[in-house]
Amino acid sequence: MTQAFVVFFGVLALGFAGLVLLLRQPMRAALALVAHMISLAAIYATLGVHVVALFQVLIYVGAVMVFMVYTIMLLDDRDASFKQPFSRLTLPAVVVAVALAVSLLGLLGGGPVEPPVPTAAAPADFGFMAFSLAFMKQYWFHFELATVLLLAGIVAAWTAIRESQDAA
Amino acid sequence: MSTYHFLVALAVLLFAIGLLGVMVRRNLLVVVMSLEIMVNAVVLSFVAAAAHTQTLHGAAMSFFIYVAVTCEIALAMALLVLLVRRRGSLDLAVEQELKG
Repeated sequence: MTQAFVVFFGVLALGFAGLVLLLRQPMRAALALVAHMISLAAIYATLGVHVVALFQVLIYVGAVMVFMVYTIMLLDDRDASFKQPFSRLTLPAVVVAVALAVSLLGLLGGGPVEPPVPTAAAPADFGFMAFSLAFMKQYWFHFELATVLLLAGIVAAWTAIRESQDAA
Repeated sequence: MSTYHFLVALAVLLFAIGLLGVMVRRNLLVVVMSLEIMVNAVVLSFVAAAAHTQTLHGAAMSFFIYVAVTCEIALAMALLVLLVRRRGSLDLAVEQELKG
């Protein structure tokens, strides 16, 4: 049953990723991206990794996509990239992407890539509380470094916005 | 095919679709969306490994990837707004005179 759900949501995620690529209007592409991310969150929840499913919905769908929708509102719908959405180099790009996918899938199916061997003595609990406790014990230093990265991102975004205000 | 192999194959296909979007689309915002699909493929492979090995490392790595992506998007959106105000367009064909 779990495998059936994973396959179902996997096919959905793949289809919506394809729509992001094909749809002409950025708002429709953004909605397809939201559906793609929710499908992935459903896969994570089906696998029992609830904490990552929660991050996926809260951070990606809740925060990142809101940024994108705000930016789309600033766009002019007469933009040239709306009328002619694809580059002239589409054919070579398709060849490169297909070659990459085929070679990686060949590695996966050919045998050299073995799945990692389960190493834990007891199955990990991916619930929110158990994950938080283990995370703050094992990864507290990395967590502190991540806060510095967030601060750097905020300062960089603020500087870019100041620049755009000066330009206007 | 096991669930682990299916998820890794799905991650490969999603990564290829995202790469294709980065290469063929002319709208810079859709290019950023395609980059997000590539990042999602990487997260999916980490989560597949975490679920398979029943360890927390993959899930913790996903958390750090989300932090990096949030920074990236905050900066990317600020730069996109700057570009729209300066050039009036997000068409990559307009940005031909970039020198590095």
